[in-house]
Amino acid sequence: MRAFEDFKVGDIAEFGPLAVTAAEIKSFATRFDPQPMHLDEAAAQNSIVGGLVASGLHIVCMHMRLFADGVLRNSTSMGSPGVEEVRYLAPVRPGDGLTLRVEVLGARPSKSRPKMGLVRFRSHLVNSNDKPVMEMIATLMFERRAAPAENEVAP
Amino acid sequence: MTFFEDLRVGTRTEVGHHTFVADEIKAFAREFDPQPFHLDEVAAARSHFGALCASGWHTAAVCLRHIVEDRQHRQAELRRRGEPVAKTGPSPGLRDLRWPTPVYAGDTIAFAQEIVELRPVANRPDVGLRIARNTGTNQHGELVYSVLSSTFIERRVKSE
Repeated sequence: MRAFEDFKVGDIAEFGPLAVTAAEIKSFATRFDPQPMHLDEAAAQNSIVGGLVASGLHIVCMHMRLFADGVLRNSTSMGSPGVEEVRYLAPVRPGDGLTLRVEVLGARPSKSRPKMGLVRFRSHLVNSNDKPVMEMIATLMFERRAAPAENEVAP
Repeated sequence: MTFFEDLRVGTRTEVGHHTFVADEIKAFAREFDPQPFHLDEVAAARSHFGALCASGWHTAAVCLRHIVEDRQHRQAELRRRGEPVAKTGPSPGLRDLRWPTPVYAGDTIAFAQEIVELRPVANRPDVGLRIARNTGTNQHGELVYSVLSSTFIERRVKSE
């Protein structure tokens, strides 16, 4: 089980690729972002993006799936308090394959909850041409492997 | 209405509410966020959350749907009246996203959008950037979701 102590600043890992299909783009859009450029090839052709593209939030959700399978599986993940920033860098289209590149930017024990640590990650999703399509900086909470010694507990 | 020039900082729009039921929480999690506390009541009860709760991105996605549908209803009304409709999008991104309280199965979340900043865009005289704070609040009045979202909005008149 991967715990807080197993994340070191500077660690880099890569996961994927995840294939993107037109059916998935339209399915996500139908449920959560029903705009023409995410729903319909013909309408998308006439839009500024020039063809069917994934909703930005769908890109974020595909990132979550890669992150959950690659980083969080068999971990002590306690979820996330929030995300500092998401930047959409290029459109994601049917046929793209998305690879997650993730780097540990920081790791610190929680001040208020001694059994927990906070890990700050920078993620990039890159497409099949190695072009970044999204960047995210987010913090996740993990249980610590051992209860900290008394003198380690922050006030 | 609703061209960049028509927008005002401080304008708040209630865009709708949604009750998150266990089956949809689990279905979303199987697809996008397969962690035990989003997938299974028993595992969730053992976790620090204490009960099944929605993926934070599920909350974000349902908020997005309400925002898009609210905008589309208002645009349809303008078209019916024969008035021009401003183009919106795409979004360059989001920041300062927080999930301060979990969304548990059975919770009803009210979503709202408030304009916090309007700024010109360099080299884009046809659009302005609208920065809005999108929020979700549960039936106890607790904030469960908050994000700053940026969107390009068409101008009625091109800026100098």
